[in-house]
Amino acid sequence: MDVTFLLNGTQVSLTDISPTTTLLDWLRDERGLTGTKEGCNEGDCGACTVMVSDAVGHRALNGCILFLPQVNGKHVTTVEGLAAPDGSLHPAQEAMITHHGSQCGFCTPGFVVSMATAHLNGARNHDVQLAGNLCRCTGYAPIIRAAEATAEQPIPEQLLSITKHTPASRMPSTEDLSSLTVQPTSSDALADWYAAHPEGTLIAGATDVGLWVTKQFRDLGPVAFLNYCSDLYGIVETKDELRIGAMTSLTEFEETIAARHPSFAAMIRRYGSVQVRNAATLGGNIANGSPIGDSPPALIALGARLHLRRGDTRREIALEDFFIAYGKQDLQPGEFVEAVSIPNQSDRLRCYKLSKRFDQDISAVCGCIAMGLEEGRIAQARLAYGGMAGIPKRASAAEEVLTGAPFEIETMRRAMAAMKDDFEPLSDMRASAAYRMKTAQNMLLRYFHEVSGAETDLQRVQA
Amino acid sequence: MSVARALPHDAARLHVTGAARYVDDIPTPKGTLHLAFGTSPAAAGTLRAMSLDAVKSAPGVLHVLTAEDLPGDCDVSPSNHDEPLLAQGSVHYAGQPLFLIVATSHLAARAAARLARIEIDPSDPILTIEEALAAESRFEEGPRIYRKGDAQAALAAAPHRLTGRIEMGGQEHFYLEGQAALALPQDNGDVLIHSSTQHPTEIQHKVAHAIGQPMHSVRVETRRMGGGFGGKESQGNALAVACAVAARATGRPCKMRYDRDDDMVITGKRHDFRINYEAGYDAKGRLLAIDFTQYARCGWAQDLSLPVADRAMLHADNAYHLKDVRITSHRLKTNTQSATAFRGFGGPQGMLGIERVMDHMAQTLGMDPLEVRRINFYADRVEETGQGPAIDGRPLPESAGDRASRGAAPEPGRALPPSRTDAQTTPYHQPVTDCIINALTDRLAQSCDYAERRARIADWNADQPILKRGIALTPVKFGISFTLTHLNQAGALVHVYQDGSIHLNHGGTEMGQGLFQKVAQVAASRFGVPLEMVKITATDTGKVPNTSATAASSGSDLNGMATRAACDEIRRRMEEHLSERYQTREITFEDGMVRIGDEEITFAQAALSAYENRISLSATGFYKTPEIEWDRIRGRGRPFFYFAYGAACTEVVIDTLTGENRILRTDILHDAGTSLNPAIDIGQIEGGFVQGVGWLTTEELVWDDKGRLKTHAPSTYKIPACSDRPDIFNVVLWDQPNPAQTIYRSKAVGEPPFMLGISAFAALSDAVAACGPAYGDLQAPATAEAVLAAVERTRG
Repeated sequence: MDVTFLLNGTQVSLTDISPTTTLLDWLRDERGLTGTKEGCNEGDCGACTVMVSDAVGHRALNGCILFLPQVNGKHVTTVEGLAAPDGSLHPAQEAMITHHGSQCGFCTPGFVVSMATAHLNGARNHDVQLAGNLCRCTGYAPIIRAAEATAEQPIPEQLLSITKHTPASRMPSTEDLSSLTVQPTSSDALADWYAAHPEGTLIAGATDVGLWVTKQFRDLGPVAFLNYCSDLYGIVETKDELRIGAMTSLTEFEETIAARHPSFAAMIRRYGSVQVRNAATLGGNIANGSPIGDSPPALIALGARLHLRRGDTRREIALEDFFIAYGKQDLQPGEFVEAVSIPNQSDRLRCYKLSKRFDQDISAVCGCIAMGLEEGRIAQARLAYGGMAGIPKRASAAEEVLTGAPFEIETMRRAMAAMKDDFEPLSDMRASAAYRMKTAQNMLLRYFHEVSGAETDLQRVQA
Repeated sequence: MSVARALPHDAARLHVTGAARYVDDIPTPKGTLHLAFGTSPAAAGTLRAMSLDAVKSAPGVLHVLTAEDLPGDCDVSPSNHDEPLLAQGSVHYAGQPLFLIVATSHLAARAAARLARIEIDPSDPILTIEEALAAESRFEEGPRIYRKGDAQAALAAAPHRLTGRIEMGGQEHFYLEGQAALALPQDNGDVLIHSSTQHPTEIQHKVAHAIGQPMHSVRVETRRMGGGFGGKESQGNALAVACAVAARATGRPCKMRYDRDDDMVITGKRHDFRINYEAGYDAKGRLLAIDFTQYARCGWAQDLSLPVADRAMLHADNAYHLKDVRITSHRLKTNTQSATAFRGFGGPQGMLGIERVMDHMAQTLGMDPLEVRRINFYADRVEETGQGPAIDGRPLPESAGDRASRGAAPEPGRALPPSRTDAQTTPYHQPVTDCIINALTDRLAQSCDYAERRARIADWNADQPILKRGIALTPVKFGISFTLTHLNQAGALVHVYQDGSIHLNHGGTEMGQGLFQKVAQVAASRFGVPLEMVKITATDTGKVPNTSATAASSGSDLNGMATRAACDEIRRRMEEHLSERYQTREITFEDGMVRIGDEEITFAQAALSAYENRISLSATGFYKTPEIEWDRIRGRGRPFFYFAYGAACTEVVIDTLTGENRILRTDILHDAGTSLNPAIDIGQIEGGFVQGVGWLTTEELVWDDKGRLKTHAPSTYKIPACSDRPDIFNVVLWDQPNPAQTIYRSKAVGEPPFMLGISAFAALSDAVAACGPAYGDLQAPATAEAVLAAVERTRG
């Protein structure tokens, strides 16, 4: 297929590319721009970070799992494009030198691009902005000092002007929906194509599918890139619910959900990294059926509903019913996720993400708990867990104990005992089965203590 | 003078603009081929058949080589000649290279690798310490034992005794740049290798052996690595040898870089250890006797495991004076990746053993662990060393073995010089004559407000149902020198051009540690010129031969001294010439100028004058560390020229429902002598600390019961991320020069700070101790799961 984009201000038009060529490989192998590095080739280290800009804004993305069609019509800035035309460095580059932020230098281009993107977007939460960039040399302290210094500097002209330039051709070049590689511009077109090619692969943010290509060399068959399906974007509030389009990125979702369910947003803030959340979509996080995706347990605890479409046929199911068994979802050939909706409710949700590392780590256990309290009793309880079974799953036995019982520690202990009937978790490299069970149970204690006002949050403790 | 200035890394501007070139960034000639290994799915067994037809016919694949297709064994071991490039008949670990693909692109080679059908008659792999002991699967004939005094008698006589065990996991290096090499065929069968290696001479040696040529046919160049940490001391051999062999076979340039998963599955890591201890002590916490048994899982090949295990024994004392001590070390051979060098080289493991004993004693006695530590410290004492003439090295015996590696065979039974002083001695009988740990600890404890914070934390913990805090202050004393004595040598090559610009080359490699800048600062200082006049150049076996690995923290000590010697030789010649020309002996080199009596000319003018008067402006420099002598079999001698010291105080908080934890504050006071570059040294300390914390907290290597590594990517193996650094992180340099005669009285700083990370582990133990009356017995790495298990143990 053909793609057109701006690379550091210069228009690039490529014809007949393999749709699964990654931006990173293209930059390094075809373009000879070797500043962008490959550290892991799976979106976990950030050495390949590039900035992608469009009318919506500027996003840091991992170039190693970003396929060329995903930057079609956009402006890509690499580390080579940050300095001014006269060679004077971007403030982030200057600060990294001044504050000794580079040692071996291999992660540095990725850090610099993340910092420049954050700077351009006015973000000052450096730990969050840089969570997706790993450094093995510095211990991060000098990098954070550099980020803080950068934040005090004005945005250089060469970056301010980026969005003034757009590629000559913004729209997808492949409108022929009979093609095996398409970039449809509406969900109607997508529905038609997918009905005709049910064996095909849908690519939203590619944070999962990217690894099928870079690590597993899987043949994806026919592929559809969804990033121009404009009606799959958007978040709509009604008096009953919040309806979130499947292509909504986790970054956008985090911003929206923060006002309604701050604990959910706090968990999403630990989902992957900035680069991953900028690419990953809520629809993708559900549709891939992973038992350890972080959004499904929280959405299930909130009673979310899933909107599916196949051709012209639409249906709506409870999200928890979508997950049937490990690797098996209630999804027909040619059917795709259009949206998810969350019923309006007062916020009782607490999300507990447990992983080896605080940032950018897949959950060993993700427990999401919502209890409606009335006069000291638990009127309703919804508990959903990730990492405890082959699918994201409710703890029905524990819920049954809780429902109608007094909100007290003894009730929690009874529900914890009942949870043994809900789950038989596995042991793997992230955690043992016993640890998973113990901590899943303890999350009920945490919920109790937290609602009762005790300090339970490590992040709030200071020396 | 440019030494002692806090200058940025020499390549910082290249780093931040993406212009710094690593091996994979070097533009390659047209027709360059790309390699990948196909690897063993099984940990042990006999290779029965490999169906490679699908591999051979895959798109872009030109050749597929198996062991039979190689010109010889193409051994890639740095020590024992026990690592054929490709498996020969039997397989020894899951991930062992079995065949080599030569293809037109990196992706084509990798994609083809998975198309092989491998048939292996599996045998039961030896994976655990127990299995290795039961099978007597080990390196060396039996355990190695070092002793001083009589540990058994002293244990029997001690008023209190305790026993315990600590398991500590290994560690993946996770250099951000994976292993990489590029071979470019030259005239007459010669080859030029670009390698991401800490040890270009080793690469040269192994490539020469593999292609059956003398070492002079192979030139190895290394400009920089994207991190090394010990992981590129020997682990790059396989890629360079593969590239050289394929380049010879095809006549085309060949490049190989490991994908991250391949890198983690194929290459060695830090040795995991178990240490059992039996300690005798008195009511004041004074350690009277200690008996350590160290078990190291070395993996399938010897690599550098013997000196790693030796160094673990040599750091079993850390900063504590042990009178009656026995250390037994088992070097176990297992069907896993061959464990290798990693920052600290066994030192961290040995040290964690004694630090655990200190915490265990303190908790048993109900004492502040810092008090127990202080009571047991070596006495402070500072004597000048290195003044006498260097001990001459004995001629090396004829050997086909690898003399340039730390894994080289030892020479037992050397005569040892008598101890010069009445100082306290280490368990290997080296007098400790540069100890500052008491003064350093006192200063740190005061500056970080240790005592008051400890009291406040106890109060806070009493009120908290879920969260508990802990604090610990731990010392580091780390021995500086290669324990294989002959490696303590270095060379440099310096040219001064007629315009006064200076070309600097030495045997050290740059992996991010700032070595090149520190040595350039030395060179600029010797000539009294601005640093910009010194050109730093890539390490090159054609310029400086027979180099040791840039390892053992030795880079600036050795190469700084060698460079000084080269610069001083050129300066001496210039002075001689100028004194003749100007008829005065008053000559100084300063600020880019040369003052000769009352005259002043630029350094460039001086160089031009020397050139025109036919004075050689090129010199080599050489250095060998004086006063070291070591018998590793008997465990006696003076393996270390000096010790580097430091201490860290870390405060943590843990969550008793899940074991999750976080570092709140760390204060470090570290001894870099008179720092050659305080900014670079502080960078080493901050980075070393966080890497040490990673080893002991989130970095967990998991193998399944078939011996397959399950944590082979950053998605499953978790090095510290940005928010894992301490909220408050204060690092200060100790302000005294090195009493040993090192370059500008600086101290080595590469490895020692890594072990400051032990303070975080000790702080976690302290927080665990606040959860209940019983001993928590925290194991490493202290993942959230390990912390929760320890919390539960305290509750009985």
